[in-house]
Amino acid sequence: MARIFKFGDGISTDAIIPGRYNVTTDPAALGKACFIEARPDFATGVQSGDVIVGGRNFGCGSSREHAPMAIKAAGVQAVVARSFARIFYRNAINIGLPVIQCDAIYDAVGDGDPISIDIRSGGIDVDGKMFQGETPGPVAVAIMEAGTLVDLIKTRGWAAIEEVS
Amino acid sequence: MGTLTEEIFSRRLGRPVHAGEIVVAPVDYAMAHDVTGPLAIEAFRKLEVPLWDPERVIMVFDHILPANTVASAGLHKIVRDFADEYGVTHVFQEGICHQLMVEKGFIRPGGIVVGADSHSTTYGALGCFSAGFGSTDIAVTFATGRTWFRIPETIRINLRGALPPGIFPKDLALKVIRMLGAEGANYLAVEWGGEAVEAMRVDERLTLANLTVDFGGKAGLCEPDEQTRRYLGDADVVDLHPVRPEYRSVIEVDAESLEPQIACPPAIDNVQDLSMVEGTLLDEVFVGSCANGRIEDLAIVADYFRGRQVHPRTRTIVVPASKQIYMEALARGYIQTFMESGALVMNAGCGPCLGRQHGVLGPGERALSTSNRNYAGRMGSAQAEIYLANPAVAAASALAGMIADPRGIN
Repeated sequence: MARIFKFGDGISTDAIIPGRYNVTTDPAALGKACFIEARPDFATGVQSGDVIVGGRNFGCGSSREHAPMAIKAAGVQAVVARSFARIFYRNAINIGLPVIQCDAIYDAVGDGDPISIDIRSGGIDVDGKMFQGETPGPVAVAIMEAGTLVDLIKTRGWAAIEEVS
Repeated sequence: MGTLTEEIFSRRLGRPVHAGEIVVAPVDYAMAHDVTGPLAIEAFRKLEVPLWDPERVIMVFDHILPANTVASAGLHKIVRDFADEYGVTHVFQEGICHQLMVEKGFIRPGGIVVGADSHSTTYGALGCFSAGFGSTDIAVTFATGRTWFRIPETIRINLRGALPPGIFPKDLALKVIRMLGAEGANYLAVEWGGEAVEAMRVDERLTLANLTVDFGGKAGLCEPDEQTRRYLGDADVVDLHPVRPEYRSVIEVDAESLEPQIACPPAIDNVQDLSMVEGTLLDEVFVGSCANGRIEDLAIVADYFRGRQVHPRTRTIVVPASKQIYMEALARGYIQTFMESGALVMNAGCGPCLGRQHGVLGPGERALSTSNRNYAGRMGSAQAEIYLANPAVAAASALAGMIADPRGIN
């Protein structure tokens, strides 16, 4: 069963992957350094399919795409947060890390709670308590359906985005 | 018709464009640097298409310059090999990407520019719509010359009155962040206006536009005017104003009553008046960055340092934002002043701001910086503390070895 790793407000990309650890393009190396100083037990404790629940402004700061890459490579299935910083949200969608905005879940769940998510519908089940994430925008949906932004543009070009705009 | 953002996109696309619309738009330039560039290059190569335009792709070595480890040298090599293979003409290793984008003439009022760095909002100071993106978005622009935007609504911030002596644009930006919070402008554009902005030189506006992303802004724009024309040395600056704009909100800030503002650890919106933190002992003072590393900033610091010594408790590190600024500082004698005062002067680039090369903070250390980020772990140890301030406060604090008020020092 997937479990929740709960974080607070204003989790910056410096906390997710400090500058000294993003001197690589290797996802596995980034995954090992995920939250290396902010929560040193994270990368070793997280199991494939676990979910991060964050507070407000998750992923603020640097545009480093290393941050969602590190989270994804660590095995995290999705990030659910009360709100996301714009660049992090876009980066996560672009590389195929599901991100779901949901305000109501935050105060109702705790670290280690069992969670299951329907990525497509945004439905979230935490130990029988149901929450509904916000619906992503049409471009995010198009990218998620293709897998990544590179997959979308490579197969369909900008027409794929122009037709949903 | 509309906000500066709507005006810029409407002109570019040849039809009225309104906030909330999703558009695919051509850009003037796409920039990446030595840390975001390698990931952008990997994503670009997966697309298996030619480079859109080797003269409109800009690569800057600035975050780790020169390379300090084998790993960072490897990143640089990825960028150099890409630039050689695709004939990228604009490859720089002479300062911070954002300063160079402006200095080298890539930024025009009314333009649209994207950068693989969050502080790409900086170019809005010249009336250019510019925003930060991640590497994959920039890779797609490398391939196509375009990207997609959701046209943002706009917060208009009117800075009223004249800045009192000893108060700087940094204080105004931090005051606004104090008022709106770290995500106060998330997904929104910001227009900076009012008498205080009209009176500012472009270098000062660059500080406002730079810090816009630090309260979430997608872009931070100033109307181009006579100051812009003077800065660009060019009468051919487009006439660009908001036309009957509908703003998400309008914020009024009284510049005249402002005290020096300090962003305290561990968050950009934990802002206090200087008097609340005066006397805090410091291990390091950093003068530089894309927020406050320009010649006018160095001039402020040199004025305080002339004939004085920085406190022996405190490492003081000065990093000009670009080679051009460094050489101007040499010509004006500032560099000699800094060195005679006991400060360390490093080569132009991002410097200690992101804790990846020099000036790294150890556990329990405390720094005051003229940069724009004070997250835990930003400049080194997650157990270090970072205060952000204007260049005059940085100078006075370096001399005192503790956070100090520059007003009253002659």
